[in-house]
Amino acid sequence: MQQEAVLAMLAKEPSSGSRLRARLNDALGPLGEAVNDGQIYVTLSRLERAGFIARRETGAPEAGRKVYELTAAGQERVAEWFAEVSWPKPDLAEFHLKLVAAAQAGLADPIGIVDAQRRELIRRLREVERAAMAEPGGSPAGLLLEGIVLRLQADLRWLEACERAWMDRRKR
Amino acid sequence: MTESGPGGPIVRARGLRKVYGKGEGLARAVDDVDLEVAPGEALAIMGPSGCGKSTLLHLLGGLDRASAGELWLAGRRVDRLSERGLAQFRRHDVGFVFQAFHLMDELTAQENVELPALLAGRSPRHARRRARQLLDQVGLSERAVHLPSALSGGQRQRVAIARALANEPRIVLADEPTGNLDSAATLELLRLFDGLHAAGLTLVVVTHDERIAATADRTISMRDGAFVDETRLVGGTSGNLGDLAGMGG
Repeated sequence: MQQEAVLAMLAKEPSSGSRLRARLNDALGPLGEAVNDGQIYVTLSRLERAGFIARRETGAPEAGRKVYELTAAGQERVAEWFAEVSWPKPDLAEFHLKLVAAAQAGLADPIGIVDAQRRELIRRLREVERAAMAEPGGSPAGLLLEGIVLRLQADLRWLEACERAWMDRRKR
Repeated sequence: MTESGPGGPIVRARGLRKVYGKGEGLARAVDDVDLEVAPGEALAIMGPSGCGKSTLLHLLGGLDRASAGELWLAGRRVDRLSERGLAQFRRHDVGFVFQAFHLMDELTAQENVELPALLAGRSPRHARRRARQLLDQVGLSERAVHLPSALSGGQRQRVAIARALANEPRIVLADEPTGNLDSAATLELLRLFDGLHAAGLTLVVVTHDERIAATADRTISMRDGAFVDETRLVGGTSGNLGDLAGMGG
């Protein structure tokens, strides 16, 4: 996970590692399992070295002894991050080239490749859909799962277009 | 002839065919389809529009008659029923859910759900009680007195599902049930189907919504009136959800 996301999750208030963990779990739901504690602590120590956060002892045992808080530089970095426009890019070119190369070299059937890919995406869709169904309505994690469902659907629609196009080519 | 008694498939079709037109203009909407659906199974039939999947569903539900082939439902031969027998079959043994909901606009949600029981000759009291119970089951008790026009698309579809269940059908047949629903309402419907499926309902859905296919036990792909592929999806999660959100590494 990106450093900035962890940094921004600390922007609300100084928090212990375990508080931060709970906040991430709440936002990510079942996807929170993908983030292990080690990763979070590694990210925190990197952010600390970079001067974006500082550690402070609180002495209050119930909230964990140490809390992390944003430095001025950290505040600035978070503000920049909110203003940045970034979006994960799907690598469609690789798959597209796989189909083209398979057809040109005659080593594999593009339709077969599309079919295999579709089965895999449906399997993933099933997984996400199961997780979404288990999520209580209105949870922030439900919205994330919906995003994944919609992206998988878009990918499946593209596979449909690939299949049609390669079918037509085969007929010619 | 009853080839499949208790414990056999709910649906059994052999060489089912539906042709339209004749001579040069002959079109085979359903072309020699064999199908078995096990009790409690959730089956999705997928394919592009015009592949014959809706026609097939209509044949299975007795809304239309096959040009050839044999069809059994719960061990009973359906394709040889008289018109009257077929009407009775539709009323008692099958529940239908359609893309456009097909609710009666001038009746409340409750009245829409009561209707099938009344048409089947049940007492108004029974119909009312059953409708209340079903509306509760689909999470709409509070909307019972609303007209369809006062309900969202997702709510209308849930009323339609409650109506489909009114006479405790042996099977529910759904034609693009999520076709008019947004993403959140689709999830609600998947949840509802999942609950009904867990309670033992047999469900056949024709759709091009992969989300339904992804939650079904089995998916059949249909092209030009025939089955071309079959996938059985079993089990729950195995992979890494985090990877799907781009959180890996």
